[in-house]
Amino acid sequence: MINPAKRRSVLGWLAAALSALLLAGVMPATADDEHGAHSGHKLIAKGDKCVRDEDYMRRNHMKILMHQRDETMRKGIRGSQDSLKNCIECHVNPKTNSVASSKEDFCMGCHSYAAVKLDCFECHSSKPKAPAVGMNPIVTPEQKSEGNDKQSSLSGKMRWQMQAKQASLNMGEGVK
Amino acid sequence: MSNDVDNSRRKFIAAGVAGTAGLVLAPGVTLLDMANARPAGEAASSTKRWGMLIDSTKCATGCNDCVTACGKENGVASTGHPETDPQWIRKIELKEVKSGKSHSLPMMCQHCAEPPCVDVCPTGASFKRADGIVLVDRHICIGCRYCMMACPYKARSFVHEEHDDQNPDVPRGKGCVESCTLCVHRVDKDMEPACVEACSAGNHGAMLFGDLNDANSEISKRIATYATTQVRADLALNTGVRYQGI
Ligand code: SF4
Ligand code: SF4
Repeated sequence: MINPAKRRSVLGWLAAALSALLLAGVMPATADDEHGAHSGHKLIAKGDKCVRDEDYMRRNHMKILMHQRDETMRKGIRGSQDSLKNCIECHVNPKTNSVASSKEDFCMGCHSYAAVKLDCFECHSSKPKAPAVGMNPIVTPEQKSEGNDKQSSLSGKMRWQMQAKQASLNMGEGVK
Repeated sequence: MSNDVDNSRRKFIAAGVAGTAGLVLAPGVTLLDMANARPAGEAASSTKRWGMLIDSTKCATGCNDCVTACGKENGVASTGHPETDPQWIRKIELKEVKSGKSHSLPMMCQHCAEPPCVDVCPTGASFKRADGIVLVDRHICIGCRYCMMACPYKARSFVHEEHDDQNPDVPRGKGCVESCTLCVHRVDKDMEPACVEACSAGNHGAMLFGDLNDANSEISKRIATYATTQVRADLALNTGVRYQGI
């Protein structure tokens, strides 16, 4: 989980970086917060840290994905933390159950800002394998994990708890 | 992560029942060969050659369980245009004119050891994995459809329509050619292909999946014991899918 203090410091750092850029005149003065690639981009994530440094990931995620793509496709090496599926599991937006269905979602947030077309999801599913837990108001996460999801009941429950915590963080903090 | 589940499952099994081959853990979860189960992170190796044996005498006319299971597993559904719908596996009816004896059998990519689809592919997208599974790398496929023409078994299809309901384990989309993957995403988890699982679940027992390189596997023993056929054996493609009873 991203703890509030760490989150604040990350946001603070990002805000500082953005204002520095603005001062230097690199960014157009009209760049608003909502679409500022980094400052406004909501870090939807379930884990407490990414598989690499965030900064590194912003610049190099495509290289990592490309490398893993060939490992998996050609050699059958699966289950790597660098797999696209793993990214999606962690970065899925609980509201849309996707990483790329709207500008609110993790991938599209940056890609629409940077106007870089994203082809991955023409073939790959932008949704995690298990639907985001807690999406269906009729089935409680407990029922769900006890019922049809025996094998992964614990992880299902844990994931839901993490999501709930994340949601309360989002609500309490706002991302401004 | 499912991966952790896999690992702990392997450790548990290894500790508990080391030495027993081919254990059914739960419906659809079969450890084919525990001693040689490939750990996560390790590449597929040519010590294995995955294959399938289909006993057409057990295949009933009208039974479509394998085709249905394939569609469900791989997200291959009708788009409402039957002329161009992709087809990974289909049932075909054979009839001997003289005797009138008929066979109904599933036909799909035969996972040739010498695949013509790989020979003709101009980009290297059509390739054979070390363990004999023939695949299309959609990242590289340009949709030229050469491989469709080269395949003697009509095993490949072109995807004409956009899709957004893929199984996360089975990426597929418009503009590429695709065919049976032998459920590679399941095989990599020590599971059987979906069609084989459905065939056993329906008590038909017509399909057997296993390692052709392992002389002790059920499939190798059956091939060593009974007369089996490669379709169009004259082409000498050394198919991974064999038939019994035709
Ligand atoms: S059956 Fe067709 S698609 Fe499959 S490996 Fe042989 S030539 Fe290629
Ligand atoms: S359609 Fe794709 S896989 Fe088939 S020959 Fe052309 S590039 Fe290769």
